[in-house]
Amino acid sequence: MKAICWAGRNAVEVADVPDPAILTARDAIVRVTATSICGSDLHLYDGYIPTVRKGDVLGHEFMGEVVDVGAQVRDLRVGDRVVVPFPIACGHCWACEHDLYSVCENSNPNAALAETFMGHGLAGIFGYSHMLGGYAGGQAEYVRVPFADVGPIRVEDDLADEQVLFLSDVLPTGWMAAENCDIRPGDTIAVWGAGPVGQFAAASAFIQGAERVIVIDRVPARLDRTRAYTGAETLDHEDVDVLDALRDMTAGRGPDACVDAVGMEAHHPTGPIHAFDRAKQALRRATERPHALREAIMACRGGGTVSVVGVYGGAIDTFPMGPLMNRSLTLRAGQCHVQRYLAPLLDRIRDGEIDPSFVVSHRMSLDEAPRGYELLKHERDKCNKIILRP
Amino acid sequence: MKRHQDSPADRLARGLGRIGLAPGRARLAAPGAARRTRASVTVNRPRDAVYAYWRDFTRLPLFMDHLESVETLDGARTHWTARAPGKGTVEWDAELVRDDENALIAWRSTGEPAVGNTGTVRFTDAPAGRGTEVRVDLAHDPPGGRAGVALARLLGEHPTQQVRDDLRRFKQILETGEVVRSDGSPEGVRATRQARQRPGRPLPGRPLPAAGAAGAAGAAGVAGAAGEGATA
Ligand SMILES: NC(=O)c1ccc[n+]([C@@H]2O[C@H](COP(=O)([O-])OP(=O)(O)OC[C@H]3O[C@@H](n4cnc5c(N)ncnc54)[C@H](O)[C@@H]3O)[C@@H](O)[C@H]2O)c1
Ligand SMILES: [Zn+2]
Ligand SMILES: [Zn+2]
Repeated sequence: MKAICWAGRNAVEVADVPDPAILTARDAIVRVTATSICGSDLHLYDGYIPTVRKGDVLGHEFMGEVVDVGAQVRDLRVGDRVVVPFPIACGHCWACEHDLYSVCENSNPNAALAETFMGHGLAGIFGYSHMLGGYAGGQAEYVRVPFADVGPIRVEDDLADEQVLFLSDVLPTGWMAAENCDIRPGDTIAVWGAGPVGQFAAASAFIQGAERVIVIDRVPARLDRTRAYTGAETLDHEDVDVLDALRDMTAGRGPDACVDAVGMEAHHPTGPIHAFDRAKQALRRATERPHALREAIMACRGGGTVSVVGVYGGAIDTFPMGPLMNRSLTLRAGQCHVQRYLAPLLDRIRDGEIDPSFVVSHRMSLDEAPRGYELLKHERDKCNKIILRP
Repeated sequence: MKRHQDSPADRLARGLGRIGLAPGRARLAAPGAARRTRASVTVNRPRDAVYAYWRDFTRLPLFMDHLESVETLDGARTHWTARAPGKGTVEWDAELVRDDENALIAWRSTGEPAVGNTGTVRFTDAPAGRGTEVRVDLAHDPPGGRAGVALARLLGEHPTQQVRDDLRRFKQILETGEVVRSDGSPEGVRATRQARQRPGRPLPGRPLPAAGAAGAAGAAGVAGAAGEGATA
């Protein structure tokens, strides 16, 4: 079959790889009808995620048709149309029983490797490094889906792929980012990053009752899209001093909660600090450029919450622990526990409360993925979210 | 120059090591002392089920990587065969020395095996219904001579890691019914192999090697365990 494989830093290739087969009784094989490229894939592309190997099949956002099921998968049938959550979760460990699917204790055969870097194991994730399991990903014609009796959600035919595909990751991730803010009436939520995750965080924050949402980025087309589809106000961090602007907009209080939907490759508006972080990262001396996170902590009102869904891979320098501690901030974070949100968010899509397809800017064939990665990385103005169709 | 070719991951691991946060290597036993290996895991299943699975020694090879088979000789005696990397197998007899239902199982090798060893596994309730805490304590004869060589082969460089891996597989079988496998780790958990994984892409169209321990036993175990192991 055809699949998109990591080929080194800044390189992915269309490769011919073997078809997947059922390995255990709880597997299913899915024929992919739509898959997308995520901001998280860019971290891999840029070479900042440890333990990715040449030849790994990428992709963790995908949906399709079930073409084969193992003997223990009772509630899926060949022919079912499903969306597959990106964390692989067993459904039976303590974490899964407590809806903490992305820290499933069983789904990562390389949990010992994750322990070395992260202290404790993490769930496996499709197409996202060997530390996260070494699972082949969904930017391919077919995927083996482990624990298929737990993850995939069946979707009726009347909803288009573009409306439901993002249940696999970015919609629930944005939703969880907002949920972790514990939004109360009157709250102002600030969101760093106007990518699909930030856009869904903004839309979710309004649904969850925010009074005001302010989204920060420097890419005009993304800020325009955010205003048009979520109703949020926006700040261009190349035009304004973000901390001043937020202080001003909230009459000195600061946002009640701040969402980091940027992660480890943040831009910094003032040259020298960005250059310092970048140089260290380029030399592989630090794994992250945490500018958005630092700013989110500084901006947040006393006693507020900083909700991190932007991905970090390791340790960061110059973390503002003093402000966090002294101003009683709460830091909440996580890879999204997607399984938790599938059914309720599908209901909201069906009810027309949210139509996630607004994030899509490009539609391509799987063969065009190498160009897609380049577009997403460099031509942000024109590119927001790419759907690939095998 | 070389340093800059390290991945950020390598640097991080080294950094954590430097500040004392990385998982430690096995400590060398004092000369003449039995080499002890301890590891523990919490299994999200009732104590009687966890105990019962372990109590049937013939199932140990399903999650203990280095074991090829354990056969029952009579009620309390068993015959163990372990794979020694590159060099065939090592075998010994063992006897059950203590069996406290749902609480503790202890065994020890008998006769004059290449590697004299004893093992104890304790089962206690985890707090507030969080399943069962399983604590394994293994002791092997002091290294030296024939036994030393065989021991080194059996335990590998990271005995604690090996036992931890075994317990991870044990937990997987009990909680999910199977040993978890990916394209990069088709045989399941094996930390020692993680430095040289195959790429995360499907294997050419042939059945994958069975997870965990030896070939056929492993395959049967995965299928069998799916039925009896997990019903959550
Ligand atoms: N936690 C999870 O489960 C999860 C799931 C999906 C994605 N993610 C992560 O969320 C993040 C966003 O994902 P995405 O798909 O929207 O990515 P994306 O790359 O499309 O968007 C990131 C946006 O952040 C902006 N940005 C960069 N520096 C900034 C700064 N200093 N201030 C404000 N904005 C800045 C960029 O211009 C870009 O528009 C990534 O780190 C991704 O890995 C996490
Ligand atoms: Zn993603
Ligand atoms: Zn689990």
